[in-house]
Amino acid sequence: MKKSVFFAAMTAAGFAAGAAAAGTLDDVKARGTLNCGVTTGLVGFAAPDANGEWQGFDVAVCRAVAAAVLSDPTAVEFVPTTGKTRFTALASGEIDMLARNTTWTFTRDVDLKFEFTGINYYDGQGFMIPKALGVSSAKELDGATVCIQTGTTTELNLADFFRKNNMDYDPVPIETNAEAQQQYLAGACDVYTTDRSGLAATRASFETPSDHAILPETISKEPLGPLVRHGDNEWGDVVRWTLNALVAAEELGITSANIEELAKGTNRPEVNRMLGTEGTLGEMLGLDADWAKRAIMAGGNYGEIFAKNIGESTPIGLDRGLNAQWTDGGLLYAPPFR
Amino acid sequence: MAMLTEPPAESFRLSMLINDTRYRSYTFQFIALMLLIVFMAYLGMNLVRNLAEQGQDISFRFLGEPAGYDINQTLIHYTNQSTHMRASIVGVLNTLLVAVLGCITATVLGVVAGVLRLSPNWLVRKLMAGYVEAFRNVPVLIWILIIFSIMTAAMPSPRAFRGAGSEASMLFDAVAFTNRGVYLPRPIWEAGSLVVGLTFVASVIGALAYRRYATKLLYDTGRLLPMGWPSLLILVVPTVAIFFILGRPIGLEYPELGGFNFNGGIQIRGSLIALWLALAVYTGAFIAENVRAGIQAVSGGQTEAAASLGLRPRRIMSLIVLPQALRIVIPPVISQYLNLTKNSSLAIAVGYMDVTGTLGGITLNQTGRAIETVLMLMLFYLIISLAISAVMNIYNNAMKLEER
Ligand SMILES: N[C@@H](CCC(=O)N[C@@H](CS)C(=O)NCC(=O)O)C(=O)O
Repeated sequence: MKKSVFFAAMTAAGFAAGAAAAGTLDDVKARGTLNCGVTTGLVGFAAPDANGEWQGFDVAVCRAVAAAVLSDPTAVEFVPTTGKTRFTALASGEIDMLARNTTWTFTRDVDLKFEFTGINYYDGQGFMIPKALGVSSAKELDGATVCIQTGTTTELNLADFFRKNNMDYDPVPIETNAEAQQQYLAGACDVYTTDRSGLAATRASFETPSDHAILPETISKEPLGPLVRHGDNEWGDVVRWTLNALVAAEELGITSANIEELAKGTNRPEVNRMLGTEGTLGEMLGLDADWAKRAIMAGGNYGEIFAKNIGESTPIGLDRGLNAQWTDGGLLYAPPFR
Repeated sequence: MAMLTEPPAESFRLSMLINDTRYRSYTFQFIALMLLIVFMAYLGMNLVRNLAEQGQDISFRFLGEPAGYDINQTLIHYTNQSTHMRASIVGVLNTLLVAVLGCITATVLGVVAGVLRLSPNWLVRKLMAGYVEAFRNVPVLIWILIIFSIMTAAMPSPRAFRGAGSEASMLFDAVAFTNRGVYLPRPIWEAGSLVVGLTFVASVIGALAYRRYATKLLYDTGRLLPMGWPSLLILVVPTVAIFFILGRPIGLEYPELGGFNFNGGIQIRGSLIALWLALAVYTGAFIAENVRAGIQAVSGGQTEAAASLGLRPRRIMSLIVLPQALRIVIPPVISQYLNLTKNSSLAIAVGYMDVTGTLGGITLNQTGRAIETVLMLMLFYLIISLAISAVMNIYNNAMKLEER
């Protein structure tokens, strides 16, 4: 008797565990908050400000998704992850999505069973070095001590780069960007290597950024984007199309300033479809008609988010480069909303 | 055996499993065991099913694939084209290196501090008490980080050694303390160095033989030969003589500043030093307490008896008290060695590439094989711990009081 109860409880628990794997969208709605994995702190991309509010380019993606799904851009629980812990956090369900300067690679997509829902920053790996060392090219780095974040693609690219160029180096493995910064500034390593955007962001937080140079070589392609667990396509669609909405909004000239106006209806069908005055796109996603409007209102369109967090007017000062709209010669190209 | 004392008439009934105290404990143990097995099986099945649901399996094939990353301290040949298996072995050797260095240093520190804690000198006693309390009561991770920060922040970087009148200079032109570690001269073995080595080994044997002879002479005839300086002579003189006769076959390669770093010589990395020292001073504090307890457990009468025979205090300690204390000290010290070895897995905090850093760190992360790598890690630490216990138990048995 007792035994059968025990077994029944066990099977029930088993089914419950199985069921939890799907339906992230419903989970998020029921929970009322979005668990979003971000960095442990990289100013401009994701870092808490003086008031403890998370700010940044990656953070904005989380907020847009939360606004679309929960109608509240602040309903986000930010979970800081390191290069090492991020994938475990996502795979185990601790976070619903990961927006952490994460490079879209074959193995992460296919073997680690994740689904990249787009690219929010086209990047490449670079090297930062104190100007005092008088190095002007990465080809002159033979014998250097290099700080490198473990568990990243940059760790593998670094090994490839030095092997290809027949040079030696001494890797100093490091867990977080903050540690890397500390070691680099103390001179425990000569060079710090990671995504160029990360280097720019790190350098901007130095006392004298002008003492440090980012070498001209870009040694890899690092398409960075948000990702979710493989197999939950509904949830993947929500994150993918939220990001697409931000990108398309810039292309279509929808900004946080004019969106209220445009949402009353325009004579441009695609704008109307996106903002929900025409068609049922929101419903198809399992959301309401205003989902994209809320996502854009959370922090503005892609261009606004870029300019506010990492653009040329910020200390980080990144130019749009590859991350310009395709109409401006960049790579940003959102599929049509229809 | 219990069965034999039973009256034979009574036959076994099923209810006895519950009502009879002779069987009841077995019944409950059996039920508990079954529940445990069912529970473990459930966990295992749950794991496999959840993995299957995510489209993953358990496979160790990744071990044969190229690792793709570099490791900064390799005791065996390794390149980023070597396999994950080899990367794991590199990590294992690094773990063992820091564990062995740590255990030896901790033992020396612990024995010295433990003995001195009982010193009649007030200052020495209090100093040692201070050491023990300070290091025992702060988590070892903090000590690792403190020592590492001191190394990286306070030591000059190799750059500072450049040029005439540079900010930093090498010790005797041979040793450089930098924030990346300590660079030492490396011996170069040329032809003839083997003869020097063999001479030294022979001298060691000779010195040991002399000490034996002297002890035997003392026991047999009561004649006391000097021990210290003759052994030293036997050790040093022939080796040095051969070294010069053969024209100095052992040279030294000095570290030299070139490019970004010192080249040549031996580099002891800052991460190794930080980890090693922190583990040693931390564990040493515990060993000191074990040693003190061991010494205090030897009855005071022994010391008094020895003193009344005219032995000097230092002799009393080394001939009477310590050998007896050793028996009490060894078992807790085994646990300390095990702790030290397991604590060495904090290495990643300073970027020391031990097995947790290679197999359990980069390999895990780049392949995503969390369960496999963690299982392997557990197995490794289990084997190491059991091996340490086994070796120390053999030693313990050898030191045990022989009962006649
Ligand atoms: N894109 C690479 C590297 C990502 C990465 O770790 N970036 C660093 C610097 S750009 C970072 O975000 N660090 C923040 C932290 O330490 O939490 C990857 O996906 O593996």
